[in-house]
Amino acid sequence: MTPTLIVAQILNGVQLGLMLFLLAAGLTLIFGIMDMINLAHGSLYMIGAYLTATVTSATGSFFLGVGAAIIGTALIGMALEMSVLRQLYKRDHLSQVLATFGIILIVNEIVRMIWGAQPVLLNAPEVLSGPVEIVPGFRYPAFRLFLIGVGIAVALLLFFIVNRTRVGMWVRAGASNREMAQAMGVRIKLLFTLIFGLGAALCAVAGALLGPILSVQVGMGESILILAFVVIVIGGIGSIKGALIGALLVGIVDTAGRALLPLILRDLLGRDAATNIGGALASVLIYLLMALVLFWKPEGLFPARS
Amino acid sequence: MTALLEVRGLEAAYGASQVLFGVDLSIDSGQVVGLLGRNGMGKTTTIRTILGLLPARGGEIRFCGDRLNGKPPESIARMGVAVVPEGRQIFPNLTVRENLIAFAANRAAVPDPWTLDKVYALFPPLAARERNLGSRLSGGEQQMLAIGRALMTNPQLLILDEATEGLAPLLREEIWRCLSRLKAAGQTILVVDKYVERLIALADAHTILVRGQVAWRGSSEALSADRTLWSRYLGV
Ligand SMILES: Nc1ncnc2c1ncn2[C@@H]1O[C@H](COP(=O)(O)OP(=O)(O)OP(=O)(O)O)[C@@H](O)[C@H]1O
Ligand SMILES: [Mg+2]
Repeated sequence: MTPTLIVAQILNGVQLGLMLFLLAAGLTLIFGIMDMINLAHGSLYMIGAYLTATVTSATGSFFLGVGAAIIGTALIGMALEMSVLRQLYKRDHLSQVLATFGIILIVNEIVRMIWGAQPVLLNAPEVLSGPVEIVPGFRYPAFRLFLIGVGIAVALLLFFIVNRTRVGMWVRAGASNREMAQAMGVRIKLLFTLIFGLGAALCAVAGALLGPILSVQVGMGESILILAFVVIVIGGIGSIKGALIGALLVGIVDTAGRALLPLILRDLLGRDAATNIGGALASVLIYLLMALVLFWKPEGLFPARS
Repeated sequence: MTALLEVRGLEAAYGASQVLFGVDLSIDSGQVVGLLGRNGMGKTTTIRTILGLLPARGGEIRFCGDRLNGKPPESIARMGVAVVPEGRQIFPNLTVRENLIAFAANRAAVPDPWTLDKVYALFPPLAARERNLGSRLSGGEQQMLAIGRALMTNPQLLILDEATEGLAPLLREEIWRCLSRLKAAGQTILVVDKYVERLIALADAHTILVRGQVAWRGSSEALSADRTLWSRYLGV
């Protein structure tokens, strides 16, 4: 286990964490303010990735693809909110889970009809395809660095919106006490639609950026959605700050655990056993983390409602 | 002259249990009206129904002549009704300053609107706590903030539900002084409070609720003259 390996794994973890944050930010706002469990959030992530792939291959520009995906996914998200999801706010969580699970199935089927069942090709842009030498002797993929940069930039932008603008104040007020926010004149329907649009746009960014690393295929939203839910439960429902901290924790613990646990265990258990047990242990590590956090803070790290 | 707020035959319920049975209430522009009654008689419920937070099961609410029934709370707020609610309900995750500026508006275009500086001048402790989160304030500071937050919307009708509840006597007097200054400035106010003497000194007219119905209504003079009303309806 060399220091460079550890640094590389931590960078990978931060990168996954920031991408998870993009998903979790929208999810936690929707859950926190509208008290709505939206499983279809992962579908927007998938749609974002597919739109990026399509526009990228049509125009030859990855960056155009990302821009188009952000706009397109935001519009689809808002349309989904205004047509279907809005009807679900007043229902209980079980109905919301069932209905939005239905949306996942429908969206998956639509995507399969349009793009086919095979994964779609989405490559990192040419300029970012190689590795860069961060310090002499330590090389790291440029595209992954780009992800970290974009993740940080979007996080900063989001923090600016939430903490420095009146819309952000309404969002926070709505997350802590929706009724009072309404009684103060906040047009909650409009705000919900805007938040959905914003959440969908963030999904698109994550889908576009993770597409070249993971794979653009039907069902890609479901596995990452579970991670995003773990993140918002750890961070505290409704809190952007909590989503960021939770996402970084989950990203680093998951990535580092998968890479390093087998190595650590090798000295104790021998190679084969270490690979098996280490791998199994690594995949439950984030759930252990979640249980630990909830044991210590049942509402998560930074609950919006206190 | 038509009343600013006109409530007629208002009925409301929590699920199956009806709480209001035909409440009438009227407030003219510039008037201060007290809404009284013992615990659980329906004062807060009346306010919540006016604000649109609870649907009216029957009757009618008119504000500036417009029907409020069925309107969402945000529309009613934007028409010029602001509340200082029971329990204050400060946003704990917003700073004092944010609680004040987040909802600031002057939709009726009043000539000399409330501003941050004016609210700070009215409640100097708030200025000192400007950057603190709402959750960090004392009860008295929270109450000042709740009033300031409502004033920043420059409401045509200000509703206060138990604004002096749980405050130390000196702070309570501070709030009453503030309310009489607001009245002198022409603010229309509906006040729910348990301190009958103070309410009589402040308000022009009063309505007493008993089990969701109006038991008595009249002027401050009539209420202060007839002590039997106090013992019969208010338990003081
Ligand atoms: N959320 C609720 N669900 C069911 N019943 C309620 C609810 N809130 C109030 N009630 C009932 O409605 C009746 C009127 O309550 P309300 O809060 O309007 O009284 P109030 O006059 O404001 O009393 P107080 O002086 O204690 O504030 C009471 O009997 C109360 O128990
Ligand atoms: Mg009450």
